[in-house]
Amino acid sequence: MPSLPNLTADLGAVWLTFRLATVTTVLLLLIGTPIAWWLARTRSWWKGPVGAVVALPIVLPPTVIGFYLLLLMGPDGAVGRFTAWAGIGLLPFTFWGLVVASVFYSMPFVVQPIQNAFEAIGERPLEAAATLRAAPLDAFFSVALPLAKPGFLTATILGFAHTVGEFGVVLMIGGNIPDKTRVVSVQIYDHVEALEYAQAHWLAGGMVVFSFLVLLALYTLTGRKAR
Amino acid sequence: MRRLFIPLLFAACTAHADEVQVAVAANFTAPAKLLAAAFAKESGHKAQLSFGGTGKFYAQIRNGAPFDVLLAADDTTPARLEAEGAAVAGSRYTYAVGRLALWSAQPGYVDDRGAVLARGGFKHLAIANPKLAPYGAAAIEALTALKLLDAVQARFVRGENIAQAHQFVASGNAELGFVALSQVMQDGRLAAGSAWIVPARLHQAIRQDAVLLAKGRGKPAAEAWLNYLKGNAAQAIIKSFGYEI
Repeated sequence: MPSLPNLTADLGAVWLTFRLATVTTVLLLLIGTPIAWWLARTRSWWKGPVGAVVALPIVLPPTVIGFYLLLLMGPDGAVGRFTAWAGIGLLPFTFWGLVVASVFYSMPFVVQPIQNAFEAIGERPLEAAATLRAAPLDAFFSVALPLAKPGFLTATILGFAHTVGEFGVVLMIGGNIPDKTRVVSVQIYDHVEALEYAQAHWLAGGMVVFSFLVLLALYTLTGRKAR
Repeated sequence: MRRLFIPLLFAACTAHADEVQVAVAANFTAPAKLLAAAFAKESGHKAQLSFGGTGKFYAQIRNGAPFDVLLAADDTTPARLEAEGAAVAGSRYTYAVGRLALWSAQPGYVDDRGAVLARGGFKHLAIANPKLAPYGAAAIEALTALKLLDAVQARFVRGENIAQAHQFVASGNAELGFVALSQVMQDGRLAAGSAWIVPARLHQAIRQDAVLLAKGRGKPAAEAWLNYLKGNAAQAIIKSFGYEI
């Protein structure tokens, strides 16, 4: 068996990645649900542009996202000027900077499944709720949300897993700080670059197993629901 | 028109048919581009440059990457490749000795003695990952020699290589950082911002070795490129970026 001299650093990276993915997923469910609801129901001209912006991270290389976030959140960028003015300081090289980046980067993986689920419900259950004098908000919480549950499940799992798998963006704005921005994917990269292949295998193999189990759970759960 | 154009195109291709694939350490990016242009003019050969961290190049070369020559950021990687039979024995030589600089994109921020390090007042100090990059390791040695390592360590942000450390400082996200002098020097002068050239006695010499790789054995363009680098014209270019030879 390969030895594990750097176990604390590796575990620190695992724990940090878990925290980042959890915070990101919770925020994304809060932000993404209204966006998905609006996208599913609107007839506005803005549906196209907003949907396209949400989907951008799917097609953009992480280097593009990381590069622009670094400039935007830097001292001369619009976001950086705002955070400095608001007394938060600058976001690059901080945990919350990674959270902001991840929320943007994983957005489509949360919004799109929820949007699809809302669209699949259609008008009729909500119209029925309205004839029973349910207020729109009440109808949303007691009719739309329960019916869209499979979509939320998919969104949660994909949002979490996609954040765990993030690398390029974190590399560009993270600064590789232990317990703050050194996530598992960056730690693996470091091991490989430093020719510590044995240690790289532990983490990299773990990622493969984790990703497989997540997707297996996803397909088993949603597959059963569909039938 | 087309009848004339196509044979011309072919002629152009065959004249440049001899190519050398060069893996170039990130800190040597700017001089390598100039050298490749001058080399093409002088020899007619074309040097195809790839830039990156030396550790990554090592892994790629060991796994069959099509590089003919490696211009490394250190002297241990070429020696290791030679010992493992991935490089041609006896082809190693030092093409440049790197100098470390403490640099800020803001004019006047770094004084010419590096006193800003002890004074503090900055949030982020960028360095290349010392585990991966010789310039990062040299920065740690210098800080240790200055007895400042403990004071500034918590403010490190680490670039995966020296190019990223430079980018963190250039974008203003880190107030200052340790970079390769070659990244901030042009035509023998500081191109922008303010810098302290770290005295060479504060760290081990950053000897950057070149080596002919197994794939480049017997390739005229690869040998021509290595010979060109040893010539006076090439050495003048290398020195103008702050390297010693």
